[in-house]
Order: sequence, then structure tokens, then C-alpha cells
Amino acid sequence: MSIEVSMNVNGKPVSAEVEPRTLLVQYLREHLGLTGTHVGCDTSQCGCCNIHLNGESIKSCTIFAIQCEGQDVLTIEGLADEDGTLHPMQQAFWEHHGLQCGFCTPGMVMVACDIARRLPDADEKTIRQELEGNICRCTGYQHIVEAIESGIKAMNAKGQVGQGRAENV
Amino acid sequence: MYEFNYHRPKTLEEASRTAKEAEDGMVLAGGMTMIPSMKLRLASPSDLVDLADIDGLKGITIGSDTVTIGAMTRHHDVHTSPDVGKAIPALAALAGGIGDPSVRHRGTIGGSVANSDPAADYPAAVLGLDATVETNTRKIAADDFFTGLFETALEDGEIITAIHFKIPDAAAYMKFPQPASGFAMVGAFVAKFGGDVRVAITGARDCVFRMTDMEKALAAKFSADAVADIAIAEDDLLADIHCGADYRAHLVTVMAKRAVAQAAG
Repeated sequence: MSIEVSMNVNGKPVSAEVEPRTLLVQYLREHLGLTGTHVGCDTSQCGCCNIHLNGESIKSCTIFAIQCEGQDVLTIEGLADEDGTLHPMQQAFWEHHGLQCGFCTPGMVMVACDIARRLPDADEKTIRQELEGNICRCTGYQHIVEAIESGIKAMNAKGQVGQGRAENV
Repeated sequence: MYEFNYHRPKTLEEASRTAKEAEDGMVLAGGMTMIPSMKLRLASPSDLVDLADIDGLKGITIGSDTVTIGAMTRHHDVHTSPDVGKAIPALAALAGGIGDPSVRHRGTIGGSVANSDPAADYPAAVLGLDATVETNTRKIAADDFFTGLFETALEDGEIITAIHFKIPDAAAYMKFPQPASGFAMVGAFVAKFGGDVRVAITGARDCVFRMTDMEKALAAKFSADAVADIAIAEDDLLADIHCGADYRAHLVTVMAKRAVAQAAG
């Protein structure tokens, strides 16, 4: 049984016929070719598949595509400007060397933007707590935390924090 | 995972009927347990009935002596609700300790309570706060609700609509989280209502339960000392690679002491 599903992904309307068991992350990667969202564990633990649904971070391996009917999805591909200018959080990860192999990075950046939205004054301890659902096997987290602190400051400076929705991220 | 039929009804009646009439119908709330279980084929429903489009299942209402939380209210919403934080701070804190931020953006109180995971946090609050579980057909007292390992009093096609928590004079929840998963190896919810005290323990047996001897001791004297020497028998406690029954027994007393100390402080 296939069902038609329509949603907005990175600001563009998309639709497709999917089986109900199609996970959102499969839909993004295999139907839309948006392979920036990674599947690390497929068990909701590693956080590599984090995207924003209606402006809030969620794990796209633990939701069916059909549950997202009519909703707004933002993936890592939707963060940078169309001319390639990085989002302040991406830039901060670049500047602080907040990655090594890069596999966890899309999920880290999406969650980092969510932290900035909810907790614009987050300190180092808070950031570490908020990363409970994101696993990195390379960095030891130190540079990731530094990148997020810096990214939140940069987003604050640009007025991109607070209780905004995805479009403000 | 196996194929299934997906339904997204607009009304509770239709949801209940669809779940009941399906060969093996199950209800989908936040999906934070259901979807991983389906991937592992621990659950393989023929039909999933998604409650997302049903009005009236979300939201928090503060009454004079109760806090009512709609079944589809997410952990994030309970955690960040200033009203819950004021009326029952222990409940808001408990919600903020479930899973991680992205899980809390999806997971719901109704889903957690209906699942009766032996290590889940919410059942401890439901039992500790003498809550009433409201469904589409009736109201069930917390003492009658949790019946076993992933088992509850819910019948086929019965759907939780809201949980009514009594507002205590003081309460606290303390858990010893499994370091990788964050699930409670043991959690203790202690609540004081006038001269009565309730102590609910999660993580230690097949499902949440009350420690009545601790409750009696705390009713006489509400301090951590009162429960310091009250131990639980190891006989029917859970044991796994993370934690043997003897250590869980030890944790029951320690978590209860910590919860009382916090509630009394």
C-alpha cells in the first residue's frame, strides 16, 4: 500500500508516493536525494539524523514520512544561503574545527541551531547537557561545544535566536 | 520493519473503532517507543492508528487541586510549562529528564503511560501523584492502571485522553539513569499530601509499584532518615547486565532517600 505524502522541505513543496513504513530519513535521502541527513544508528540514539520539523529538532529515523504530511521540514541542506554562504552555526563549526570525520556533523549543527532557538543564553554546561542525544566518535566534543558557543553568539548578533520557527534559523 | 496500514482518523471514536477492528491494531502517539519496537520487530501491528489529527488531546490545564495533561502533550511541553513548573515542579523536572531534547519534541505522556515500560519515568509520577488516567471510555485510578511488564488496564481500542495529577504539598523524583540510555535503573517519586505520603518506584520490577512501608514511615516523619533503613527484598527485582537485583535493591532505598531529601528541602 502506497500513500501520497506532501510536505515542505527546505522551503519547497515536495510530494511522492511512499509506503507507510518509509521513515522520514529514508524519504529525504532516497526519494529527494538529500543525503546530508545521515543514519548513524537507526535507533534514535546517535542524533546524526536530526532535522527540524516545524522548527524543532527531531530524529528523522524515528518518524514516518507520512506523519509529516503538510508540515515544514528543514535539513542541513537548507541552512546555508543559496549563494553558498554558510549559516553562522556552520561557519562556527568550520572555524572551531567542530568536526573530524563529519558523519555526526549534520545532526550536531541542526541540534545546535535548536539549542540557540530555545536557549540563547546557553553556557558550556547547558550545551553539553543538550547534546545528550548526539554522539560523536571522533572529537571528544570539546571543539563541538566551543563551536556551538560561538555559533550561538553569532546567531544572537544576527537576531536569529529565541523562540523562532525554522525560517528564522 | 513489516508493512502495515496507516490510519489518521479525525475523531477519537473512529480511532478506537479502527484500532479495535483491525487484525492487530495499535495506536501511534509520539512513536518514540513504537517505531523503534517496530524496527526490531518486537511490535508488528497490522494497522497503526495515528492520533495526531484528533482535537482535544493536547494541552495543560491547572485546576485548584489538579493538573490535567492531555495524552498527546509532549515531554518538551510539560518540561517547559511555567504552570506545571509552579504547580508540580517535580513533574516538570521529570519530563525534562526523559530521553534527549529531540525525543522530548515528539514523545508524549499518553504514549509513555500506555506503554508501561518498566524503566519509564512517567509511570512513577502517575502512581506517586495518585493520578487518574482518563480514557475514551472511563477513568482509571493509578493504583489499578499498571498491571505488569508493558501491561496496563487498557482494553482493546481504549485510548488515553488525559492524565489528572493531584497537586501535592511537596514532591520530588530522583532516578539513577543507565549511563548510555538514560532510562531509570531505579527511580523514586515521593509525594506528600497533608499527612499522607506516596512512594512510587520505577525501574526495579516488571512495572511501577508503591513502597507502602516507606509511605507509613514517611507519614510519621517526613525525612530521609525515616526510609534509610527500609530495604526492599531482592527476590522479584529486575536484573540485567547493567545492574543486578542486589544493586537495584540498594538503589531503591538510596533513590527514595534522595527524593525525600529534595522534597523536604
